[in-house]
This record gives sequence, C-alpha cells and structure tokens, in this order.
Amino acid sequence: MASEQQHKGSARDEQDQDQSAASDSEALAERKEKLDSDVDSILDEIDDVLEENAAEFVSSFVQKGGE
Amino acid sequence: MMGIETEYGISVPGHPNVNAMLMSSQVVNAYSNQLPTASSRTRWDYDEETPLRDARGFDMSRADADPSQLTDADLGLANAVLTNGARFYVDHAHPEYSSPEVLTPKDALVYDRAGEVIMARAAEIARSMPGVPEIRVYKNNTDNKGASYGTHENYLMSRATDFGAIVGGLLPFFATRQVITGAGRVGIGQDGRGHGFQLSQRADFFEVEVGLETTLKRPMINTRDEPHADPQYHRRLHVIIGDANLAEIPTYLKMGMTSLVLSLIEADVDLSDLALSKPVTQLHQVSYDVTLSHKVELADGRKMTALEIQRTYAERCAAFCERRYGSDVDDQTSDVLDRWIDLLDRLQSDPMTCADELDWVAKLQVLDGYRRRDGVDWDDARLQLVDLQYSDMTAGKGLARRLEARGSLKRITTDEQIAVAVSDAPHDTRAWFRGECLRRYPESVAAASWDSVVFDVEGRSSLQRVPTLDPLRGTRVHVGELLDRCVTANDLLDALAGK
Repeated sequence: MASEQQHKGSARDEQDQDQSAASDSEALAERKEKLDSDVDSILDEIDDVLEENAAEFVSSFVQKGGE
Repeated sequence: MMGIETEYGISVPGHPNVNAMLMSSQVVNAYSNQLPTASSRTRWDYDEETPLRDARGFDMSRADADPSQLTDADLGLANAVLTNGARFYVDHAHPEYSSPEVLTPKDALVYDRAGEVIMARAAEIARSMPGVPEIRVYKNNTDNKGASYGTHENYLMSRATDFGAIVGGLLPFFATRQVITGAGRVGIGQDGRGHGFQLSQRADFFEVEVGLETTLKRPMINTRDEPHADPQYHRRLHVIIGDANLAEIPTYLKMGMTSLVLSLIEADVDLSDLALSKPVTQLHQVSYDVTLSHKVELADGRKMTALEIQRTYAERCAAFCERRYGSDVDDQTSDVLDRWIDLLDRLQSDPMTCADELDWVAKLQVLDGYRRRDGVDWDDARLQLVDLQYSDMTAGKGLARRLEARGSLKRITTDEQIAVAVSDAPHDTRAWFRGECLRRYPESVAAASWDSVVFDVEGRSSLQRVPTLDPLRGTRVHVGELLDRCVTANDLLDALAGK
C-alpha cells in the first residue's frame, strides 16, 4: 500500500512538474507572441515613414570624415 | 564640469556629390540669420586655442600636422555663438553643435537635446529657402562607407592627476561602456561591408590606444591638451570614442558614468587590475558581440565579460561615493549608480528588457523584427536604412523620435526643459556670462569663445577682451547683479575696469 501510494504520489509530482513545465513554456511562448505583436505594431508605423528605394537612399548617403 | 560636441551627418537624398561644406554653412547661416540677436555675426575668438598641444608634454609642429588638425585657423566658415552659451558652426564638412559647459549629466543631456532642436530647426529653415535642396541632418557617426565623424565629450579635470593614470583607468572602461552607450550599427568594418549588427557606431574607427589625432589613426584616449581654462589647475579631457546617442538614458549615463570613473582616477583609486591585454582589439570584439558573452582578456591573464568589467567599475564607484559622501551623496549621482547597476543586471539576464532605454537594443529589436517578419538578412538595404533613419533629425522621419513619441523609448527630460535650454544658458557655469552678454548686448559682442567675450563698443579705439578663464565664475550668482546694473556693454566694461 505504502509503496503504491508513494508511487502514485511521485507520479502526481511528475505530472505536476510536466504541467508546470508546460505552463512555463506556454507563458514564454505567450510573452514572445506579445513581444512580437508589440514589435509588429512598431514595424507598421516605421513602414509608413521609411524612405522609398532603400538601396538608392542608403548608397547616396556619403559623408566626409570629420573631427 | 562637462559638455558634449556633436558633428551631424548632412546629405541631400539622391545627391551623394553635393558640397557638404556649403550645405553645412547654409544650415548654420539659415539658423543664425533669423536670430533676433546679432550673434550670427559673432566670430570665434581663437586666442586660447592650442589644438596641437599634447597632454604628454610636447607640441606637434604645425608643419607635421594634417591640415584637418589645424582647427584654430579661422577659415571663414559659418559660426554662431548662441544665447544658450553653445557654439553652432561648421567643422570640416559637418554642422556641429558644441553644448555650453554644464555641471551635471542631466544638464548635459538637456543641452544635447537642445542641440538637436537647433539642428533640426536650422535644416528646416534652410530647406525652405529658394534654391536650397532637400537637406537632411543625421545624428549618427558614420556613412557606412569608410567615413566617421565625432561626438566628443569634454570633462574638466584637475591638472594634478597623472595622465598615465587617466589612460590606465579609462582604457578598460572605454572598451566596455558601449554595452550601455552604444548607438548600434548595421555593418561591420569601417566601410560597413561586413554583414551584421554591432553595438557601436564608432568602435571600428579606433586604431590605437593613445594619441593626439582625431581624424586619422584615431586613439581611444585623445591627448589634446587645450584646457580652455587655467592650465595650471585644469585639464580638459577630450573624449572622442563615444557614439551619438538618440535615447536619453545612454546620453545621461555616458556623462554620469564617465564622470564617476574620472573621480575614481582623480582620487587615486587603483584600477590597474582591470588593464586589458589588447584594448583596441577588445573594443572591436565587444562591439561585435550582441550576446554580451564575449570574454575580454585582461593583462594578468584573467577573462571577464564586458558586463563584468562594467560591474566592477560601477561597484568601485558606488563604494567610493559611499566612502566620500556617505548619506550626503547627491540625488543625481545615486540615480546614475542605480541605473548603471540595474541596466547591467538586466543586460545580463535579457538585453531585450532594455529595448525602451538603450539605443543599440531599441535598434536591434526593430531590425530583428524586420528579419523575422520579412525574412530578410543583414545585407538587406532596408535594414541599413532603418539604422540611418533612426538618427534623422527631420520631424516625423526620425525613427528614434517616433519610438519615443509612441512610448517605446523612455524619456527623462521634458519638452519644457529642452525649450528653455534652446534659448537660455545654464546658470551655474561661465556659459551664463557668455550667453547673457549675447542676449543683453548683441550689437556689442564682436567675438566669443569658451574662455572669452570680446566687445566692440563705439567710442573705444580697440576691441575689449574679457577673459573667462575660470569655468566656475561668470555664473548667475556671480555676475547676475552686475549685468542687471549694466544697461549697455559700455557700462559693463566700465564696471569691470572698476570705474
């Protein structure tokens, strides 16, 4: 009996651990999703103001050294 | 006492071959010509400038110098001295704003942002003039094609401090402070051809540890010995290694952290255990490692990450302040120490938690967003454009300011503080005397510099030069009442002569 209970107990622990690991990774995924969607809204705003013809714009930015 | 001088990038989109010197002059003149004062005509007084004097104790011959080092020759380029005590002028092929002298990191930040407002307004006025093309100004440090231009910090130090101790104490600090102060850059190598992202705009342009030059063979520690104050008591440490920051917290911390480390050095706190084996190489390696896990090799063979080295500096600064001031430490110093250590903690656990505080992390978050969403990589021109446009001063275009406006980049100043700093000089340094003379007697100021105001007053046969060699005199407390009594510059000159 005792060993069975113990066995059950440890099985429950494992299950709990599994569940808590699963909820940790869920939370992590959720956080990442939230962060990505925050960043996406920043990107949407930047898309609207970013200069056109990126390659040409960047290549025409030529400076002389200073200081 | 401290200040920040910033050379801005200048361009006309689609026209890489415009005359940058002419464009820069148009920007500076556009601003100074609309000022109510005559400060647009104020010349720079070069009498006390010694750009070829070396802190190690010798002078370079003018014949040996590169023409770009002869910064005391008046080339007739646009120059204005402003009522806020700043100098706004053309340096080589860039418009430059040199902030007035201030006493605190917070004031350094506020006057740096005032410079942005002035630069943006100047470009806007220039663009609106007939015949002037679409000029843009950028607060960055490289064109990613091999050219770099500087953001220099200046710190007033005691002449008694051994220069060797300054060099030894600063090299490990400068190689690693970029984890907080880096502005972020797309591109590796001076010409930016290597694909990737690095912490610093400037790191790749530094080639030696110590030297006098600023335009070639750039040294991590610049030895220019031009104190703009009594050379018997003071030296001005000219720091050329920093990035132009857009975010407020790194600008503030850059000035605060560096001041604290200089206090350690002035107090003879031993920092020799932090000496690096190859500081220039380590500067580059730290900049290339966005994971912040690179191990820097010390001279004694130990290996530490940049974060660990910074933490050692921060802890020694905290212990030093505790020993020297105890509970009397001023609020701003505690704030700098708290933020410094807190940022190091968070950079250690997850740098992205600093995306709303630090330039390089804010930039990297956006760039990583594009890489994820659009499946592009570092060679994509759009990522280089994001890097460039982050620093655009044009209203509505500059990405850093847009991030700030939507709350994605934190501020510690207010618009009101910046507006005041655009027009008024700091009241607690000699900049106040300079600025107030320009405001009160605009027609009579012929020239000015960090350490002089030169008057041209009717009825006096020669120009009258008032030296301001002591940076802590000429404050509002010191001369406010005197200026209030003097209605004209002539009255002031009489009063100063004891008449």
